[in-house]
Amino acid sequence: MSKKNLEKPPVSKDVLSPLSNTEPLSVEHPTAQDLREDEMVESVSGMDSSYQEIFNGEEKVESEIPAPKKHKNALDPKDDEFEKGRDITRGTPADDIIVKMRDVRISFKIGTLERVIINHLNLDIKRGEILGLVGESGSGKTTIGRAIIRINKVSGGEITYNNVKISGKIPKKRERLLKTKIQMIFQDPGDSLNDRANIDYIVSEGLRAFHLYDDEADRVNKVTEMMQRVGLRPEYLSRYPHEFSGGQRQRIGIARCMVMNPEFIVADEPISALDVSIRAQVLNLIKQFQQERDLTVLFIAHDLSVVKYISDRIAVIYAGKIVELCSANRLFEAPLHPYTKALLTAVPIPDPKIERKKKIVVYNPMQHHYVKSDAPEFREIEPGHFVRCNTPEFEAMKAELARLGGEKK
Amino acid sequence: MANEKEVVIDVKNLSVGFHVRGKKTNVIRNISFPVYRGETLAIVGESGSGKSVTTKTFTGMLDSNGFISGGSIIFDGLDLAKFKTNDDWLQIRGKRIATIFQDPMTSLNPLLTIGYQISEVLILHHGLSKKEAKEEAIKLLAKVRIPNPEERYNDYPFQYSGGMRQRVVIAIALACRPEVLICDEPTTALDVTVQAQIIALIKELQEEYKWTTIFITHDLGVVANVADRIAVMYAGQIVEYGTVEDVFYHPEHPYTWALLASLPQLGTKDEPLSFIVGNPPSFAGEIIGDAFAPRNEYAMNIDFVMEPPIFKISETHWAKTWLLSPNAPKVKKPKVIEELHLRMKGAATELKRQEGEDYE
Ligand SMILES: Nc1ncnc2c1ncn2[C@@H]1O[C@H](COP(=O)(O)OP(=O)(O)OP(=O)(O)O)[C@@H](O)[C@H]1O
Ligand SMILES: [Mg+2]
Repeated sequence: MSKKNLEKPPVSKDVLSPLSNTEPLSVEHPTAQDLREDEMVESVSGMDSSYQEIFNGEEKVESEIPAPKKHKNALDPKDDEFEKGRDITRGTPADDIIVKMRDVRISFKIGTLERVIINHLNLDIKRGEILGLVGESGSGKTTIGRAIIRINKVSGGEITYNNVKISGKIPKKRERLLKTKIQMIFQDPGDSLNDRANIDYIVSEGLRAFHLYDDEADRVNKVTEMMQRVGLRPEYLSRYPHEFSGGQRQRIGIARCMVMNPEFIVADEPISALDVSIRAQVLNLIKQFQQERDLTVLFIAHDLSVVKYISDRIAVIYAGKIVELCSANRLFEAPLHPYTKALLTAVPIPDPKIERKKKIVVYNPMQHHYVKSDAPEFREIEPGHFVRCNTPEFEAMKAELARLGGEKK
Repeated sequence: MANEKEVVIDVKNLSVGFHVRGKKTNVIRNISFPVYRGETLAIVGESGSGKSVTTKTFTGMLDSNGFISGGSIIFDGLDLAKFKTNDDWLQIRGKRIATIFQDPMTSLNPLLTIGYQISEVLILHHGLSKKEAKEEAIKLLAKVRIPNPEERYNDYPFQYSGGMRQRVVIAIALACRPEVLICDEPTTALDVTVQAQIIALIKELQEEYKWTTIFITHDLGVVANVADRIAVMYAGQIVEYGTVEDVFYHPEHPYTWALLASLPQLGTKDEPLSFIVGNPPSFAGEIIGDAFAPRNEYAMNIDFVMEPPIFKISETHWAKTWLLSPNAPKVKKPKVIEELHLRMKGAATELKRQEGEDYE
């Protein structure tokens, strides 16, 4: 105990009385000065220009579409082609697929070389679900997310959205529509915000570009409401991104995305760059929006523990291939693919007794002995539980499941 | 446990500040804690709480606008807080106290081969000949499990993956046979599977070389794995200090509760995760009372006016919160904190099944 503390006067009972409940606890209003102070240790790297391009790209199509009339929602959902798509699957909730990826191939050209990142990818994302996509860096998670929002070109196969093709060449009108329906939340909350624009401009950018408001009062209303929803004071609207902490910037990113009232969100590692103490807040926000608005989310992460909490289903990806897909709980209960097991044992568990007993499983991709005549396929081992395996593996996993017992409720 | 252990670094009343735009900030505020020889001390806390600044004072690596404004850092009879010149640090930094940073490239030169960089250290510190150094360097690369070390010796850092680069940094640290190894978020930038391997490697080498580790991380899972003891930092102070069991199973500081409670691993699908509202205080002004008070749902009036002293909970465990005052009203810890082990055990069923082990 330090001497200074010992010299403190004895504490009387009344000063130790709990705070009254009416008194507001922490109010979040650091001054710009404070925030800059904290800023100094934060690294801010370059802006994602490719997204910026896409986001601002609507200027090119502007001329082809008559300027939206005021007081009528420019994108009246009733006459858009996505709604027709939705009708086809309506009534069969089990099959209500919002995003369908079929035999998708994504490759990058490096000089004359073509590097294939994703090949023969099939993935269905159900309407209203949060699908977690986990795997290590370089496994292709971001590539997939970016293909859905058309940042990455698809060089084979097809992606559909509400049963309408959205990959490759598509009509301008559809592309424009897509940009209002599908939004993205980025990993680094600093990177994705234009530092020369104030928060009002940033949050309104999409609304303005697609004229998704009646009049100025309506826009201000929408933006103010959204700021409050993400727990930021409307006064902040006149400030600039660098005046905010990482967690606040991520909430600005979410506000910008949610103010568009999207149907589908690609959240690419939205909390990886955040401090542990504020991750929970951002996770809560994403989950709340998803529940309230019947939003569909592709949640990309490398941390299985986070994905378990937030996802309905989880897809595990290794080297561009989805190796296992099933409900979040079941994946933790009965992981079958050796890579999933490796990933599960690698995630540190914040409990010393458990963490120290844990044996780490190391995945060796050579362990499968796949041959041409019995190549691995994505097979359904139990209802809704898919694993990439060949026939002998399939049998072995079935036996393993029988030992483990059925799904616990 | 604590009393018989030898203290390798003894920090007493350490304060650190920075000159920022003509003003002085007070970033580390009068902290005292021991680091026990052969153990792993984990320092946890939010970004900006002062974890890195604290340990940078152990090797004289504060940024040039930083200064120690008080206290002592006793290491082998020397007061590191009094060290000034590079000459003072020559025998300590990188030699007896080495650091591994989050980004291995802070320690590696991109223009020099991996082999050269390890050999250089061996020649400099141990006076080996070029040939001996090369042999030794290859041994060290093998030690940190770089496959085909003879071939990889002549590679440049860019030819190594992130995980392998971090292994090389560990090899360089090994070359100096340090007594204390400071690991400042060494695995934060790595994939979980690679992280698991690097942590296992650090632990294994620690067994063999018997050094002391100070492990800075924000990942409480990693802490549970590596730590013997934990120091929880908030706003430039250590608010709770104890063994890993003390802090995980019997935490007493409301900040530690909040930190643990916000873990997504503890969440259940039908309840929102708890989180810490607001931001840590700025160091620009004076902090009055308990720095955590404005964000603390258990805050009492006194927390806003007077800094809490350190309350001893057991021989190994103390916390700096008025809640431990005999006069304070009894409060119930958050439910998730009481249930931590139970909930984690529930979440670990797959491990139990897989390994057929009993996770009691
Ligand atoms: N060179 C500097 N000049 C001014 N302030 C600094 C400097 N370096 C660090 N600080 C301040 O010291 C405080 C503690 O920083 P430190 O880097 O130790 O935090 P940390 O706990 O390691 O955080 P992180 O988890 O982000 O690494 C921060 O408020 C930071 O802004
Ligand atoms: Mg740090």
